[in-house]
Amino acid sequence: MSSLIKSPKDFWTGALFLGFGAIAFAISRGYSFGSAGRMGPGYFPTVLSCLLMGFGVLAVLRGVRQQGAAFGGFAWKQSVKVLSAIIAFAFLLPRAGLIIALVVLVFGSASASIHFRFEWRATLLALGLLVFCVLVFVKGLGLPMPLFGTWFGA
Amino acid sequence: MEIFSNLLLGFQTAASAANLVYCLVGVALGTAIGVLPGLGPAATIAMLLPITFGLEPVSSLIMLAGIFYGAQYGGSTTAILVNLPGESSSVITALDGHAMAKRGQAGKALATAALGSFFAGTVTTLLIALFSPPLAEMALKFGPAEYFSLMVLGLVASVVLANGSLLHAFGMIVFGLLLGMIGTDVNSGVARFSFDVPELTDGISFVVVAMGVFGIGEIIGNLQNEAERSVMVKKVTGLMLDKEDFKAIAAPVVRGTMLGSILGVLPGGGAMLSSFAAYALEKKISKNAANFGKGAIEGVAAPEAANNAGAQASFIPMLTLGIPGNTVMALMIGAMIIQGIQPGPSVMTEQPALFWGIIASMWIGNVFLVILNLPLIGLWVKMISVPYHFLYPAIIVFCAIGVFSMANTTFDVYFMAVFGLLGYVFRKLGCEPAPMMLGFILGPMMEEFLRRALLLTKGDPSVFIRRPISATMLVIAALAMVSVVLPALRKKREEAFAEED
Repeated sequence: MSSLIKSPKDFWTGALFLGFGAIAFAISRGYSFGSAGRMGPGYFPTVLSCLLMGFGVLAVLRGVRQQGAAFGGFAWKQSVKVLSAIIAFAFLLPRAGLIIALVVLVFGSASASIHFRFEWRATLLALGLLVFCVLVFVKGLGLPMPLFGTWFGA
Repeated sequence: MEIFSNLLLGFQTAASAANLVYCLVGVALGTAIGVLPGLGPAATIAMLLPITFGLEPVSSLIMLAGIFYGAQYGGSTTAILVNLPGESSSVITALDGHAMAKRGQAGKALATAALGSFFAGTVTTLLIALFSPPLAEMALKFGPAEYFSLMVLGLVASVVLANGSLLHAFGMIVFGLLLGMIGTDVNSGVARFSFDVPELTDGISFVVVAMGVFGIGEIIGNLQNEAERSVMVKKVTGLMLDKEDFKAIAAPVVRGTMLGSILGVLPGGGAMLSSFAAYALEKKISKNAANFGKGAIEGVAAPEAANNAGAQASFIPMLTLGIPGNTVMALMIGAMIIQGIQPGPSVMTEQPALFWGIIASMWIGNVFLVILNLPLIGLWVKMISVPYHFLYPAIIVFCAIGVFSMANTTFDVYFMAVFGLLGYVFRKLGCEPAPMMLGFILGPMMEEFLRRALLLTKGDPSVFIRRPISATMLVIAALAMVSVVLPALRKKREEAFAEED
């Protein structure tokens, strides 16, 4: 870390608050503000985004002035694998259908673990989970999830 | 006595065959998920919420409450057996509970936890029945100004009593309040922060936020420090307590229950604060104080009673005022709104069967807990021993399908991923997600009450200090804030929480 940022956790929290606050403030300006007695849709969000930016500034200041805890490593690999497996599931569900989407979700997310390797026991468990989901959620509860999606002409 | 007829009505509702089954299923599911290491009550409830949506309002809330006790108790089981508390309120139980387990007294520790929780649950159920009606009656006189101030107090208190940096927590509250603004403004019909995405005009479902932040975010965090864990206690025996054990735990359980029911009512209080306070108190006054931390049975009894009492007492502000004191109650309020019930004092008068049914089901749920947990302990041990790398893909699958099932749209699944990332980032930054969740649920209500209050006075903000109840709450909130900003008291607070790390 650079010598300017003494407490990375505070600094980046502040930056995050400041960023979110600024975006919310910019958008809120587009809604009519109204007055305290007759608040428009922009009143409360504008006040909140100013508050959030204020907290953001304070946290950033603390981040450059006070010595604080280090950030610790960011789990890039794990978060990318888990999140992209979920996004792939959402994308594949209507298109390829539940079965393929689930296989991708289970193995995609499982691959984020350091213990991940192909073995018959884990594969059987995954298959069991698949059968369980099909029986309970599709057959039992009747959720509108196609077993095979539009790619297969369903 | 009115209370008896009320409780009778409650038991008639809660003891119908269907509701008994829902309560039992809720307790069992809650325990099953709750014993899984790394899954606290909030994550458990968020995960299991979608299955209750199809039920009648009474049944769904009874089942949710059951899930909550189950998860709470399941966390204690894990804390005793593996020393891996799934949630902060079991941290204390792990101290002496796990030490007892190491000495081969796991059965005794579990039985103490179960009986302590049962006693606390019984007393708190009665307290809720006694104190809810007068509180709700008082709350019926509340106007928008009082409600707004009450919510301010609730949010401030949740920060003061919570763990971690104050500045971060306040920022998280405001961030949560802003998230709550997403969607159509009820007064003007303007779609706010919707980015022209039609799905966002209805706002983000709190289930999506909760599952993303507490479920997915936590899983990524756990994966980062994945370590082998082994259940050292493979077989639990000796569940019976003898006469001396009973003598040893009686007083701590009573004290823990009292402390827990008082602290649980406070906004921001609940299970965690109660168990900390109860343990600290016992350590001070117990004759056996020297053995605390080395497997003292009193050190399990008091915090377990307190955390159950605290968890249940936090239902009091939720049921009577519609104000959530902690994340779990925020989720319960979200579930009530989905069921079409506006939480608040009118629930008691307008839907007495629902109100008293939930209260009666609390006691029934506690009975189920004792019946289920002790004989089925072998099953829970098996669940705990399932390795995490087999477990978490299944949890993700249930979260994904659960989120999808709420509105049958994959849009929510994408959003869950977004909140999963956000949850993990916040965790890394040392920002607790709980205040954000409170803000998110309270945001729309707060804006509504602020608007109404100021509309009535034509924009004069002095109404908040002119009305005595509102002023009192704001003063308490201000005092609470000042107290943690003052250096001397701040140090005390940090010391109190240092024990947890």
